[in-house]
Amino acid sequence: MAYILIFITAIFVNNVVLSQFLGICPFLGVSKKVETASGMAAAVAFVLVIATIVTYLIQMYLLEPFSLVYLQTIAFILVIAALVQMVEIVLKKVSPSLYQALGVFLPLITTNCCILGVAIQVASGTYASPGLDHNLLTGVVYALCTALGFGLALIVFAGIREQLSRVAVPKGVQGMSIALITAGLLAMAFMGFSGVNNGLQRLFGIE
Amino acid sequence: MNYLKVLFNGIVKENPTFVLLLGMCPTLGTTSSALNGMSMGLATMAVLIFSNLIISLIKNLIPDMVRIPAFIVVIASLVTVLQMLIKAYAPEVDKSLGLFIPLIVVNCIILGRAEAFAAKNNPVASVLDGVGMGLGFTIALTLLGAVREILGTGHVFGVELFSENYGALVFVLAPGAFIALGYLIAVINKIRG
Repeated sequence: MAYILIFITAIFVNNVVLSQFLGICPFLGVSKKVETASGMAAAVAFVLVIATIVTYLIQMYLLEPFSLVYLQTIAFILVIAALVQMVEIVLKKVSPSLYQALGVFLPLITTNCCILGVAIQVASGTYASPGLDHNLLTGVVYALCTALGFGLALIVFAGIREQLSRVAVPKGVQGMSIALITAGLLAMAFMGFSGVNNGLQRLFGIE
Repeated sequence: MNYLKVLFNGIVKENPTFVLLLGMCPTLGTTSSALNGMSMGLATMAVLIFSNLIISLIKNLIPDMVRIPAFIVVIASLVTVLQMLIKAYAPEVDKSLGLFIPLIVVNCIILGRAEAFAAKNNPVASVLDGVGMGLGFTIALTLLGAVREILGTGHVFGVELFSENYGALVFVLAPGAFIALGYLIAVINKIRG
């Protein structure tokens, strides 16, 4: 039950894009078509889960035993950059079709702040997981749910923008301006979920 | 090279937030009040000035192939130093900006200016570019923060303009960030012609 709570909270209540403001660049940049948006979402989910596992292990077995936690930012960003490169090379060999599908989105992920942000949250144990300890398993579940939330927001937003491109937008707000206002309305819709997590917590009887 | 032009380029003509649309995560995430927006802007400006200076000094020592990783290491080291300074001397800023301080590393403005400007120009011009871009970013964040704070709570920098009861709280919350920035960009586009 507690895992369901993490799932609902990370996807709907504390959506990574629409309420935590992580990963806005790809959210605004690659949301013109549903197809590219789903490619980006898949690539982010893939890298986010792997990056979370690797950075968590580095934090636990390298930085903390040798009291090097102050090197967290440098270590994590280098690990993520190297990881993205490695995933790219491995994918090219193992599954050329998936590599083709993800294409240019893979290298772009290094500078996606939701990867580094979630990695830091999981490694320093500052994510919400009521009723469960902060460990590798809950961290990975949280990362996966966050990635799903990112994908949901991105694909819904891309769908709206596809429709938006067919209507006449007033000249003053064309381009990024109307995109941001649309995102605002979408965020407002997601605000409707606020408090659902507390209700569910009570329903499931988790303290 | 006209140094004055370099300085003002970042503030008006190529404003990183309103014109280039870079660094959107901190722009939206930290502007719930004018003060928070300004602290984020100043923190980013500090990193930007020093990263531009260091990168323009060492640009001839770095092989072209490993340019980007080398830049990222320089930037990440500066962010770590800044993070420690903020934790030590301004713990309340650390509390309100939280996760967004280490995330300065992945702010595209910093890597973008390193690649587009500091790697090609002399240290003096690079520092000025850092100051100009940093100021442009700070002004944009403070402006957005002030708009959201005034509309949401009726306060700005601790001064009460109207009673909080008349404020639209949605502007302080997440949707207000997107909507306020959307309209601000429309206004800036109108002014720039």
